[in-house]
Amino acid sequence: MKFVDIITTAIANSFRSKLRTGLTVIAIFIGAFTLTITSGIGTGVTSYINSQVSAIGAADVLTVSKAGDATATADDGPAPYDPDKATAISLGNGSRPGSTIQALTDADLGTIEATSGIVGVDPAVQVTPDYIEYDDSGKFELTVNAAATLTTADLAAGEQLDNESTTDQILLPTTYLDTLGFSTPESAIGETVTIGIADFAGTQQQVPATVVGVQNETILGAGAGLNQPLTDRLHAVELSGTPAGAPQSYATATARFDLDASDAEITAIKADLADQGYAAQTVADQIGSFETVINVIIGVLNAFAVIALIAAGFGIINTLLMSVQERTREIGLMKAMGMNGGRVYALFSTEAVFIGFLGSALGALVAVGVGSLVSNILATTVFENLPGLQVVQFAPSSIAIIIGVVMLIAFLAGTLPARAAARQNPIDALRYE
Amino acid sequence: MTVPVLSAQNIGKSYGSGANRFDALKGVSVDIRAGESIAIVGKSGSGKSTLMHLLALLDDPDSGALLVEGTDAKKLKGKEVNRLRNQDFGFVFQQFFLTANASVLDNVVLPLKIAGVGPKERRARGMKALEQLELADKAKNKAMNLSGGQKQRAVIARALVNNPKVIFADEPTGNLDTTTGAVVEDILFSLNRDKGITLIIVTHDIDLAARCDRQIFIRDGLEDVTRSPEAIEKPAGAHA
Ligand SMILES: Nc1ncnc2c1ncn2[C@@H]1O[C@H](COP(=O)(O)OP(=O)(O)O)[C@@H](O)[C@H]1O
Ligand SMILES: [Mg+2]
Repeated sequence: MKFVDIITTAIANSFRSKLRTGLTVIAIFIGAFTLTITSGIGTGVTSYINSQVSAIGAADVLTVSKAGDATATADDGPAPYDPDKATAISLGNGSRPGSTIQALTDADLGTIEATSGIVGVDPAVQVTPDYIEYDDSGKFELTVNAAATLTTADLAAGEQLDNESTTDQILLPTTYLDTLGFSTPESAIGETVTIGIADFAGTQQQVPATVVGVQNETILGAGAGLNQPLTDRLHAVELSGTPAGAPQSYATATARFDLDASDAEITAIKADLADQGYAAQTVADQIGSFETVINVIIGVLNAFAVIALIAAGFGIINTLLMSVQERTREIGLMKAMGMNGGRVYALFSTEAVFIGFLGSALGALVAVGVGSLVSNILATTVFENLPGLQVVQFAPSSIAIIIGVVMLIAFLAGTLPARAAARQNPIDALRYE
Repeated sequence: MTVPVLSAQNIGKSYGSGANRFDALKGVSVDIRAGESIAIVGKSGSGKSTLMHLLALLDDPDSGALLVEGTDAKKLKGKEVNRLRNQDFGFVFQQFFLTANASVLDNVVLPLKIAGVGPKERRARGMKALEQLELADKAKNKAMNLSGGQKQRAVIARALVNNPKVIFADEPTGNLDTTTGAVVEDILFSLNRDKGITLIIVTHDIDLAARCDRQIFIRDGLEDVTRSPEAIEKPAGAHA
């Protein structure tokens, strides 16, 4: 029997008992549908995170802070006071309310910079401007996104911040546009806004800044991004009038290393810093924990889908064993007419694989349809404030893998009935009445 | 003297084992020559079908030897046995064994499909076989919608489609009324006469047996030599 004849005959055979095949297909459909949806959520969320944190701008940056006193547990009581230690300062953005860490001093920055593998270190200065104003149309509170220089923004218009530039640049979130009086993201580009900030004595000063870009709202802290020169200028204003001799301290510092550093080298740098009492994290580390949670959820959903598929596999075994039983005579006749056992085996295996294909292709197709629909609805409702987030996205390669895996499961399920068919003795089959 | 197409030498066959062991065939010898028609006659349960299955290489004898054109069947490879059954043998069974839901044509071309013949040639040869049996107009009908006689003609068309050397027929008229049975008999004997196809018919119908060139009587798994061919009176007008 020719290959094409085996395939067409197997397909025709699977349609002979439509109800039985149909029920098995539904079981496979459910498993494949779930797998496709969960893999779609994985793809959607991952691609959103990747668009939020483009690895390019952040791959060579470590966020360094002073490691907490590992020995200072609740049982031990407070650690003895050390006058040489910088005072603990409250962390702004992103930390637990009220949590404090030891601040970094200029001496610490020197130590970090001296660590092998580190090519440069900048203190992360946190500025707290009072307001932002455009074109005398009112003053509004300004939140600064401290992570802005660490990440590459997801732009709605304009360009990324340039830390090497001599101009003072600001990157506005899309949500600021209406309030400030810009009709479109494009109309804001190149305009000058005024930032109000208080000096040490509490006197308000005004600093102009040029809007270089408009950024879609991000999951990594909302707010406007400032380039290094603008941050430095605002910081200078905040410090003006500080009594001489007051030590400078910073919550964190950003240390740069060679962009070509391998994972092993990065790990070595982090270990080196840890030995010296500093905690260092790459942007990937910071994002990693978030992704881990999502991966665990997706993993659990996938496990359910796989259980459904295994159950469906038994459905295939049952369906095919029944049709082997029903077609005993036909199999016997084909063998009597010179069909060899291998071809009979192939015929039933192909039927199993076809049932698997039918269920998984339908499941994947419907999942893509339903997933895209739900994702589009969510994007305009629940996730309206997160432009660019399509919760469910489908990669053709993962759909192909799902269909392939289901067909493999179907093939394995088909081996038992196919072997029973292939071993059938033509005589027994033809005597069977 | 030419080598017989099939030669059974004291073949035996048992079913089951231990206390359930049953000797269905206890040592039968028969030579079948190209172009002859031979009837295997006996009562129900005497072992006729068992003998035919052994001759058709559908089963292996437990004792004795079966020669296919002089070669011991045991020495034939599985592939060669399959080729013989597919191309040199044609089968006609009492229970038809047609796939009910498939078309008559699809049923008829099954041996060609197994042989790996392309769809175009399959169709052409299938239609030719159906025309020979005056069933061409039923080619597209489902097999289950045919009458008994039409079914048996479809089965003969299927046996013929690969131009076999030998046709094995197990009770070919057992499920048919006398008139229809006679038509089917005529078709089989005309194939034997006009195309030289060797005919091996299993039957308990003495009249049908008498139309064959030769008869072998089986009783309780042994050849019944008390009933020599001469003992049968040929019915008047039958093929001599
Ligand atoms: N698979 C089998 N297992 C056990 N006994 C069998 C089997 N096939 C046939 N027999 C027995 O062998 C004897 C001969 O069977 P068979 O050749 O079919 O007889 P016939 O065709 O002459 O009616 C019968 O008694 C039958 O019951
Ligand atoms: Mg019989």
